[in-house]
Parts: sequence; C-alpha cells; structure tokens
Amino acid sequence: MIEVRQLKKSFGPQLILGGVDLQIDSGQSAVIIGRSGGGKSVLLKHFIGLLQPDAGEVFVDGENITRMDERQLLRVRAKFGMVFQGAALFDSMTVAENVAFPLERQKKYTPAEIERRVAAALEMVDLPGAQKKKPAELSGGMRKRVGLARAIVYEPQILLYDEPTTGLDPIVSDSIDKLIVRVRDQLKVTSVVVTHDMRSAQRVGHQVFMLHEKKIYASGPPEKFFASADPIVRQFVDGVADAKENIF
Amino acid sequence: MITLARASVGEWLNGLGRIAVMSRDAMGSLLTLKVTWKDLVYQIYFIGIKSQSVVLVTGAFTGMVLAAQAYFQFHKVQMETATLALVSVSMCDELGPVLTALMVAGRVGAAIAAEIGTMRVTEQIDALRTLATHPVDYLVVPRLTAAMISLPLLTLEAILLGISSGYLVSTKLMGINPVFLYNNMLNHTGDIDVVFGLVKSFIFGLIIALVGCYKGMTCGMGAEGVGKATTEAVVYSSISILIANFFLTLVLQRIALMLL
Repeated sequence: MIEVRQLKKSFGPQLILGGVDLQIDSGQSAVIIGRSGGGKSVLLKHFIGLLQPDAGEVFVDGENITRMDERQLLRVRAKFGMVFQGAALFDSMTVAENVAFPLERQKKYTPAEIERRVAAALEMVDLPGAQKKKPAELSGGMRKRVGLARAIVYEPQILLYDEPTTGLDPIVSDSIDKLIVRVRDQLKVTSVVVTHDMRSAQRVGHQVFMLHEKKIYASGPPEKFFASADPIVRQFVDGVADAKENIF
Repeated sequence: MITLARASVGEWLNGLGRIAVMSRDAMGSLLTLKVTWKDLVYQIYFIGIKSQSVVLVTGAFTGMVLAAQAYFQFHKVQMETATLALVSVSMCDELGPVLTALMVAGRVGAAIAAEIGTMRVTEQIDALRTLATHPVDYLVVPRLTAAMISLPLLTLEAILLGISSGYLVSTKLMGINPVFLYNNMLNHTGDIDVVFGLVKSFIFGLIIALVGCYKGMTCGMGAEGVGKATTEAVVYSSISILIANFFLTLVLQRIALMLL
C-alpha cells in the first residue's frame, strides 16, 4: 500500500506540489492524471524515494520512507518496478543485458535461470527474440516494452509507469495499455500509472486521481470520475483549452 | 555583489560537501567489497589499457626534451654527464606523475563525466536506483578503484619511457658517455623518488575519478549540461592535480626527511 500525507515539493521558488494526500491500496491500479508540468512525475518519484519532499510523508506498506537514506531506500525499492517516460534503458547494454540487470545484481540466480527469466519477460511484453538488439536499434514502443520487461522480470509488488503512452501512435499506445492490464492481472501487482492520455486512464485504472493546482483535486473509480460534471474535471477530460481572445 | 559572492561561496561549499559524501559512500562501498569484478576489469581496460598511447607519447617526448634542454644548459658548465640524473629525478618526482595525470584527466575524466552525465540526463541513474542499485556502488566505485590501480602503473610506464628516451637522446644525439651518464643517474635517483611518484599518481587517480564522477552525477539537464560537466571535470581535476602536487611534494619530502 502507498500512502501520501500532505506532500509538498518545490524546485527553487516554484511550488510543484502543495500538500498532496492520497492512498493506493495493495493490488489496486491507480491512474494519476493532470496537465503537463503539473507535478505528476514528481509525485510518482516520491513514491520510490527518487525525490525527497520538502514537507509531508510517504508510506510504503506502512513504512515511512521520507526519513530514509539512499542505502535504506534500496531495500524498499526492491518492492518496486518503474517504467520511465523515455524507457531509461542502459544504452551500453543489449536488451537481454538490460532485462537481466536486476537479476544479476541480486546474485541469487544461475546464468541459465537468468536467461530463462529474461526470455519469459520478453515473451510477456511481445518481444521474443529481441535479446541481442541494442536500445538504439529499437522504436519508442519497443523501448518502453523492454523497460517494462526489465521492471517485471524480478516480480516486484508495485509497478510505477511514468507516461507510458506519451509520444506513441494510437495503435502502439493501445498495445501498451493492454500490456499494463495483462501485467496487472497476471502478476497481481499494485500499479500506478501517470498519464494525460484519457483513453489509457479509462482502461488501466481501478481508481483515478486528478492533480490540479498542486493538489489532488478529484478522485474516484473511472466510470464515476469520467462521468463527473465538475467543470475543471470536464475541461481536462474533454481537452478543452481556455479561449484566448487575441493571439497576436 | 556581496550577495553574489556569498551565493557562490555557498555553492562551492555545498559542492565540497556533496563530493565528501560521495567519497564517503564510495569508500564504504569499497571496504565492503560491493564492486563487481566484471565492471572493475572493464574500467581498468578503459582507463589503463586505452590510455597507453597517450601516456607513452607523453612520457617519451617529455624525457627527450628534458634531456636535450638539460644537455644544452649543463654543457655550458661542463656537467653533461648529469643530464640523465636530472631527467630521472624530474620524471620520477614531478613530470611523470603530473603529466600522466593531466593527460589521463583530459581523456578519462572527460569520458567519465560525459558518460555518467548522459546517464543522468536520460534517467538511467534513476533507473539504477529503482532497480535497487546504489549509483555510487555501480558507477563510482569501479571507476575510482580502476583509476587508483591504473594511474601508478601508467606513471611507472611514463617514467621508464621518459628515462629511456632521455638516455637515447643523451647518448645517440648528444654523444655523452653512457657509463658516466648511467652512474650519475643511479647516484642521484633513489627508491624514494619512485615511491614519491607512485604515491602522487595514486592520489591523482583518486582525484580524476572523483571529480569526473561527481561532475557527471550532478550535471545539469540537456546537452548543454553534459558539455559543461565534461569541461568542468577536466578543468577542475587538472587544477586539483596541480594544487595537490605542490602540497604532496611538501608532505612527502617532510616524511622522507624524517625517515631517512
């Protein structure tokens, strides 16, 4: 379970998060939506301790991670897998080496076992036989799939996705959405997806949280959230920009 | 003006603090043997083996020019046979370790900062963290260890090549009697000179790797950030080497006086 209490974060003079509260139960799939630059990725990075809050607390399975140092966080992070917006694959390694990386670091698997698990993870993300390719040879969608394979290969309890469909065409986005649902259902993981893709949000979440004006503005199950009559929620969901009277 | 000065001093102190914390983490990791042999061997290959050509050329030509200059000056006072002694002591105590370190700082320090900086910009360092891997264990420790092993060996190579090339210039070009030349070199060069050079190069290796890693890990975003980090890594490590060399010379000479 992930719980955030009164989380505040600024970068220099700019306040990004101004007292966020939310709770994501185990096994639940949560989607965080909000405008670009609204602090969604910043919030996500707090869940895994990549960023330290200025105020407030983050609990993972009841453990307060805000006071932990980098070494203590390693133990907590072993519960997580994260898929980055740009995939963040290690470009000096092949696909197989990327996916095998967390297993090799754990030092409890034989090379044959690692090879078997890597092949299974790549199979799951529909990339069988891509082991020898380098990240530079892959398309954006393939890179995200490899990033997902690397995140699930060690069977984490919680998966974080940072804008998994941004920059991808609708067909590849659809396949990534299906993949997220498949991974969620097969591995029974808690998922947190940060996105501003409304179609994706409707498909993959059990719970939707909307970040607006530096706080969680609205939340609820997708069917209820997307039927909301709140003007700010509607404006975001329908993608309506404020009209500018004069452009020039 | 005062506010600006205060801010830059604050930033400088903050940087020193962060590099100290990184060094402490790296030393802790090194002592608990968290380094993986595969990474260490690769870094020794990258820092040690791939710097061979640069170091060999630097060592050889420094020895040669030093021998030529020493000959021209000593010739005026009929002391040509001291040429190789001067080359030898200079190469062991100062030029061998300092020039090797400066060349390696240019090649390796820049490469370390650029590689780690690019990893930071493309979120690969964050990815390491999410994969329960401490970036210092994975990125800093192998480079630091490899630099501390490689620099003394490269320096030894540069010293040997510098003296050999100085010997050749003195005997073949300047026509100095090789027996006097060699004996004078042995009379004036002690084991302690070689030890000085190796101790200095060990510390210079530490400086190059630490500054390169620190600049990479803290680099700004985008291509501009990586470029700036790379330049700063070379500039700061070169300056640090020259400053450290002065203080190391004083300290090592004082220790030598106490011991001998």
